[in-house]
Amino acid sequence: MSTQALPAMEQVDYIRAQKGLRSWLTTVDHKRIAIMYLIAIVSFFVVGMILGLLMRAELLSHGEQFLSGAAYNRILTLHGVIMIFLFIIPSIMAVFGNFVLPIQIGANDVSFPRLNLASWYFYMAGAALALWSVGVGGVDTGWTFYVPYSGNTDANVVLPMLAAFLLGWSSILTGINMVTTVHRLRAPTMGWRQMPLFVWGIYATAWIAVLATPVIGITLVLVLFEKFFHVGIFNASMGGDPILFQHLFWIYSHPAVYIMVLPAMAVVSEIVPVFSQKRIFGYRFIAMSSIAIAAIGSLVWAHHMFTSGMADEGRIIFSFLTFFVSVPSAIKVFNWLATMYKGSIRIELPMLFAFAFIFLFSIGGFTGLLQAALSIDIHIHDTAFIVAHFHYTMFGGTGVMFFGAMYYWWPKMFGRMYNKAAGMVGFLLFFVGFNTLYFPLFVAGLKGMPRRYADYLPEYEGYHALSTYGSWIMVTGLLILIFNLIGSLRCLRFWGTDAEENPWDAASLDWKVPSPPPTHQFASEPIIVGGPYDYPIPHLGDDDKQAGKAEVKA
Amino acid sequence: MSQANDHHDEPHLIPYKTYILVWLGLCSLTLLTVAVSYANMRHMTIPVALMVASLKCTIVVLWFMHIKFENRVLWWFLIAAVGTYVIFVILTFADYSYR
Amino acid sequence: MSDSASITTGAEKPAAHDDHHGHYGVPGYDPAAWKMGMWLFLFTELLLFGAMFIVFAVYLHKYIWQFAAGSVQLDIPIGTFNTLVLLTSSMTMALAIAVLQRGKKELAIKLLDFTLGCAALFCVVKSFEWGGKFEHGIYPGSLHLAAMTLGEQIFFGLYFTMTGLHALHVIVGAGLILWCRARIKSGAVHAERITFMDNIGLYWHLVDLVWIFLFPLFYLVG
Repeated sequence: MSTQALPAMEQVDYIRAQKGLRSWLTTVDHKRIAIMYLIAIVSFFVVGMILGLLMRAELLSHGEQFLSGAAYNRILTLHGVIMIFLFIIPSIMAVFGNFVLPIQIGANDVSFPRLNLASWYFYMAGAALALWSVGVGGVDTGWTFYVPYSGNTDANVVLPMLAAFLLGWSSILTGINMVTTVHRLRAPTMGWRQMPLFVWGIYATAWIAVLATPVIGITLVLVLFEKFFHVGIFNASMGGDPILFQHLFWIYSHPAVYIMVLPAMAVVSEIVPVFSQKRIFGYRFIAMSSIAIAAIGSLVWAHHMFTSGMADEGRIIFSFLTFFVSVPSAIKVFNWLATMYKGSIRIELPMLFAFAFIFLFSIGGFTGLLQAALSIDIHIHDTAFIVAHFHYTMFGGTGVMFFGAMYYWWPKMFGRMYNKAAGMVGFLLFFVGFNTLYFPLFVAGLKGMPRRYADYLPEYEGYHALSTYGSWIMVTGLLILIFNLIGSLRCLRFWGTDAEENPWDAASLDWKVPSPPPTHQFASEPIIVGGPYDYPIPHLGDDDKQAGKAEVKA
Repeated sequence: MSQANDHHDEPHLIPYKTYILVWLGLCSLTLLTVAVSYANMRHMTIPVALMVASLKCTIVVLWFMHIKFENRVLWWFLIAAVGTYVIFVILTFADYSYR
Repeated sequence: MSDSASITTGAEKPAAHDDHHGHYGVPGYDPAAWKMGMWLFLFTELLLFGAMFIVFAVYLHKYIWQFAAGSVQLDIPIGTFNTLVLLTSSMTMALAIAVLQRGKKELAIKLLDFTLGCAALFCVVKSFEWGGKFEHGIYPGSLHLAAMTLGEQIFFGLYFTMTGLHALHVIVGAGLILWCRARIKSGAVHAERITFMDNIGLYWHLVDLVWIFLFPLFYLVG
């Protein structure tokens, strides 16, 4: 993709445009809001990570170590709530969707900037409420709030549900903003097929957020009505059906896993062609598979409920649909591999994260197919196998690509390149630790280790000990990865170098603006010629560089 | 350029008469559905009531909410949203209708 | 913007979106974007009530005769009257927009006042209806209700939940109409800048749409 219009070069970047905390808290600049999300989300991630470490430490050997069963249940709930609602669901969508998407489509902001800020406040309010209620109020229902337990427990489930409600609104507002932005603020010369695949991924995600999130909102409200007004909608003793709660919960929460993973896939689709210097293979298939995942992903929710007592016919239908949803995901994987084939691959950190994503997500995906089979699911339901599976897909997928996206767009966001060697060490530790942590859980699960238990029989000790050692390696890697980024910031400059405008030789529009971009990155309308994946980028000699910038590519 | 960016500045001026006719139509459909419910048709009561309601709903969306005169993109949006909902209903009943 | 940067052929071409602000691509007054955003928001409302209709459908399927028995305890004439009130208010809302599009500010305000009157009437009738049920001992958690069949308990539970949630939307909608009325009065909303009113109209019609389904499902299944 090349553009005729060049952005304003001599402007103050968005970070230095204004000073003071107040200027951040009242900003409507999509880039600043993205940074505020980034800070919050990474902080919550670290909290969730520490809770995960605590759980793993408790499971190091059998018998009670230092956590009582009740404390373990609370930590488990808090870990789940933080990682799902505060980290994974908003992660890539809110941070990189906000920062990168408007730039990639040649816009100066999102359609509703003030709504965007409101969405951040909803997120923070929901987060505060969630942390306070689960942390202090001692909710121990798990992040799924299943009835009847959530209706009966003495713990205060009102606040976390209210928190989930607020967080839901936050993602709905972001979703509305993204859809409208893509439709209305795309540079007039950018056609649908010239949009980067990241935009397609966020667009599909935004639709799921808009259409699925309200269902969880009303479901939680119904549980609260049951608690306060004795409207027994999910209460079997009053004629209700607890399984209906599970249906409604998963009508949202299964599409929500695609809210989590689609943006991650979209980031992979950006990174792979850049570091292969090759045009993406099957652009239209990848774009359409995002839409297909969003569509089919909304039809498979009841595979979480195969052992809940659904009708057999219903289970068969959902089992079939679940197998079916793997097709568009596989299309993406094949297209990424085909893009790399015969490309000039550069091993940089973002590319390593993309490799890790493909590897880990494939393991997660294949084990997902096992669970889609009804007979096998009965055996492995509610075992550690499931825990391993969703950590491979969610953490190995979305979590990894959240870091991948940070390592890819960091130079653009902050104008600084991190220390690549340290990043490499961090990545390797993370990758080794990740597999040591989660792979043994597959085996333990197959052998019958139940999930969510604070203790286990001695025969599972080997798997659990290995898993706990893995958690230490992985967290070391994660900390290196995080501190490598923080230390490279302009205000610290512990290591790293100043970043160029386009350090990766990328073709999309986000790399055509300065690093970091000015508040209004496009002084005038960019004229889009060609596609976002016109690789390889011709390498220009230093003399040609100035001329090359104004060059119009046919 | 795609249709999405098509501008739609000029609001479509709909004659007052149209709204009044639509209102009369909606009111008569309401009275019809009430009358039908008194006819005690047992198994047909709910399907008929739902069909009349869907008809009324379509009329409201087309005229009162001016979807009839809107940009084509909003049509697709509406189809996507309603389609998703209908599929949610059908799949929920993939379980309940067999229990 | 520095002049050195405007090496562009695009600056001459008037961009569709920046008719209000000087900068390219800075979101200003874009009626189509606001309308699109509003529709997306309406979809969330659709799915919110939609989920409740799924709940209703599941229990209707499970307790079809008990639901019929519950339904005959509701007053069809009152329900019909309220339906007509809401339909009328929907029409006056649509008319108010049409009138303002033609620049008739005073008439538009009068029509909005009428719409607000309808909203109030609806709520009053609804509260009498609820009050009547309460007097007969039918309310969530009451002993009288607990003595009924399970299906009827669910029916009335859903009746109070869904009509209550709908009434809440009526009240919110009325609040929005009041806001819109004030903005028309102050001149912030006028024939050329009518999107705000359009969107509030859309919300009000959605409230009507929900009732169009609530009415037959609760009152007429008997």
